[in-house]
Amino acid sequence: MRPHFPCDGRCAGSAPHICHLHVRGDTMKKVQFNSRWMPYAFLLPQLSIVAIFFLWPAAEAVRSSFYLEDPFGFSSTFVGFDNFTDTLTSSNYARVAQFTAVFTVLVTFFSLALALLLAVKADKVLRAGSTYKTLLMWVYAVAPPVAGLIGILLFDQHVGPLVDFAALFGWKMQIGVNYFDTSFAMVVISVWKQIPVNFIFFLSGLQGISRSVQEAANIDCRSGFRRFWTVTFPLLAPTGFFLLIINVTYAFFDTFGIIDVVLKTEPGNNPVTLVYKVYLDGFRGNDLGGSSAQSVLLMLFVFILTIIQFRLIERRVHYS
Amino acid sequence: MAKRIVSGLMAGVALFAATSGANAATEISWWHGMGGNLGEVVNTISAGYNDSQDTCNLTPVYKGGYEDTLTAGIAAFRAGEQPNIIQVFDAGSATIIGAKGAVLPVEDLLKDAGVAFNIEDYIEGVRYFYADSEGKMIGMPFNSSAPILYINDDAMKAAGVETPATYEEIEAIAPKLKEAGYIPFVQSHLPWEFVENFMSRHNLQFATNNNGYDGAAGTELVFGPEIRNHIKSMKEWLDKGYFGYYGTGWSDNQAPFNEGKVAMWIGSSGSFGGIAKTVEFPFSATYLPYWASVEGANKASFIGGAALFAMSGKSDEENNCTASFFEYLTSADVQYMWHKETGYVPITEAAYDMAKKDGYYETTPAAEVGIQQLSLEGGEWTKGYRMGFYVQIRDVMNRELGKVFSGETDVDTAFDTIKEEGDKLLARFAQTVEQ
Repeated sequence: MRPHFPCDGRCAGSAPHICHLHVRGDTMKKVQFNSRWMPYAFLLPQLSIVAIFFLWPAAEAVRSSFYLEDPFGFSSTFVGFDNFTDTLTSSNYARVAQFTAVFTVLVTFFSLALALLLAVKADKVLRAGSTYKTLLMWVYAVAPPVAGLIGILLFDQHVGPLVDFAALFGWKMQIGVNYFDTSFAMVVISVWKQIPVNFIFFLSGLQGISRSVQEAANIDCRSGFRRFWTVTFPLLAPTGFFLLIINVTYAFFDTFGIIDVVLKTEPGNNPVTLVYKVYLDGFRGNDLGGSSAQSVLLMLFVFILTIIQFRLIERRVHYS
Repeated sequence: MAKRIVSGLMAGVALFAATSGANAATEISWWHGMGGNLGEVVNTISAGYNDSQDTCNLTPVYKGGYEDTLTAGIAAFRAGEQPNIIQVFDAGSATIIGAKGAVLPVEDLLKDAGVAFNIEDYIEGVRYFYADSEGKMIGMPFNSSAPILYINDDAMKAAGVETPATYEEIEAIAPKLKEAGYIPFVQSHLPWEFVENFMSRHNLQFATNNNGYDGAAGTELVFGPEIRNHIKSMKEWLDKGYFGYYGTGWSDNQAPFNEGKVAMWIGSSGSFGGIAKTVEFPFSATYLPYWASVEGANKASFIGGAALFAMSGKSDEENNCTASFFEYLTSADVQYMWHKETGYVPITEAAYDMAKKDGYYETTPAAEVGIQQLSLEGGEWTKGYRMGFYVQIRDVMNRELGKVFSGETDVDTAFDTIKEEGDKLLARFAQTVEQ
């Protein structure tokens, strides 16, 4: 089952027109292009997409974060760091940032933990395994706004079955009125939407652990629980680390559709994430300067987060 | 439908082939935010206009909600691709009027095109909301509405009470309605119904600088004791079960009324058409309530809804077409049709007279409440308001008043926060326009 990369044996020369292919267990092989411009030509489409759709807008956001501009673009005034100080001193921004942090931690933790639990259990199912797996995976195909729509039907104040269910325990759930209840619904819907992705990756990770290792562990250790934490879990760590990054990004950015549907585009006294606030101020409120300042802050934050993730966490991950 | 589009296209192609050359009709576009049934009426009006003459051809384009339409219009303007006509809602009017040069004042547009214009032809309530501080009409009022109180007649009968006019009367009958198993009173849009029109109905100042009409610089919100007391009462009512609050969304609050669980609901006069088709109980309507204890109350309400703006940067030829469409749109026949189909108020006296003569209000008295309320006596503060970044200010109001109703904060703190954050937004907006 090893990947095989054909190599024409003409490997020579120096970087950058050499590609290194890491093939498990094999020696490193080299591929050379005929022209030294060819690799750049292959990179060009990707790089131009990055430049046009990311670098240019990002630079534009940085520029307009220092200006106050009327929406129609007749005039713009340089205001220095005013947009940033206005944002950072607003009590509401602190509240939104706090919610975003809690929301991200909860969504990431529960969608990873539940997916891992389901994957471990599904891996052990002997009969009708693929049926279970398919049932667990299908949600992956649901688009976030649709997931949000299903969610608000279940959580509807007037007709939602989950609201009726909570009422059995004396919990008068009011989505859209009560801050906590709305946060709860957002977390549940976002976790539900994300579990299948994590499940698919964890399951393939589990299936990649070799039988011999598992059998050896079975002999050495009787406790399934301990076996999981000392053998299976470390071997899943590369998958887990990759999913951690994917899930943090998901909670930060991709939950936009779910939040928008739950709020019905009326924020009111409801929790919103930082990304949603950028949209509200920029696209609903036409405050381009303020909105740009917020997206620059967000960019910085994600940048720092990425460094932390790779510096601190990846060191502890063991790649076999 | 598809067949109609195809035949429409073919007719268009044939027309183009026949008239290509000097006589081709001038194309103008209209971006609007009227979905569903309203959108179909908009299409009917446009088709009617195109059939009525052959020098201009109007294409209406649905751009999503009000906010989406405005945002799309702004983006298009910056790219030089703006439509001839754009529909902008009440809360967005300061944005488009404040950007000097984005629109042609409708009064100038009509006069330049040789169309007779007299502001007195329009009903009093709509004349000055979309005007500048000198009273020149900038935007053409289009779908104009007023917040009115809808009554579930069965609920009134069950509790043995009469339709109330004031909040004091509502407070008096609420216990009986509650006993009869109804939620007595619900609203559906806090900023519009409990703040803006509360100010207008009680003739209270809403902002400095003549409610913001005299310029953006230095405009600040004004919240006196009357509105604070009103929200305090509403919170008490909520705790006693006299008032129901289901969040910021309009439909979440309308749903229990439509289901017959609510006795009184504040909706829009434009909700009339929809309710008439949906509910299974007899209903009636009356004016937005007021506090009799506030001196000088029971004045006209502000006009809600949206207006049509002629965007600048277009040729005289196209502007003449826009003017001729506005002339068609404000004709009594078209206004009466619009009023009947949607429940929005007719904007001209002539159309209102036509509806009265036709006996429309004898069969459906609830349809007249909105226009009657807009025609009530006006006061110093009933003309309207003009504030920038107002969509965000509304969001702040919804957030803080929502906190009051969920018990997270008290009324005075909430209004202080609205004023503080609102004033900051107004100051930021002033920086964008006063250069």
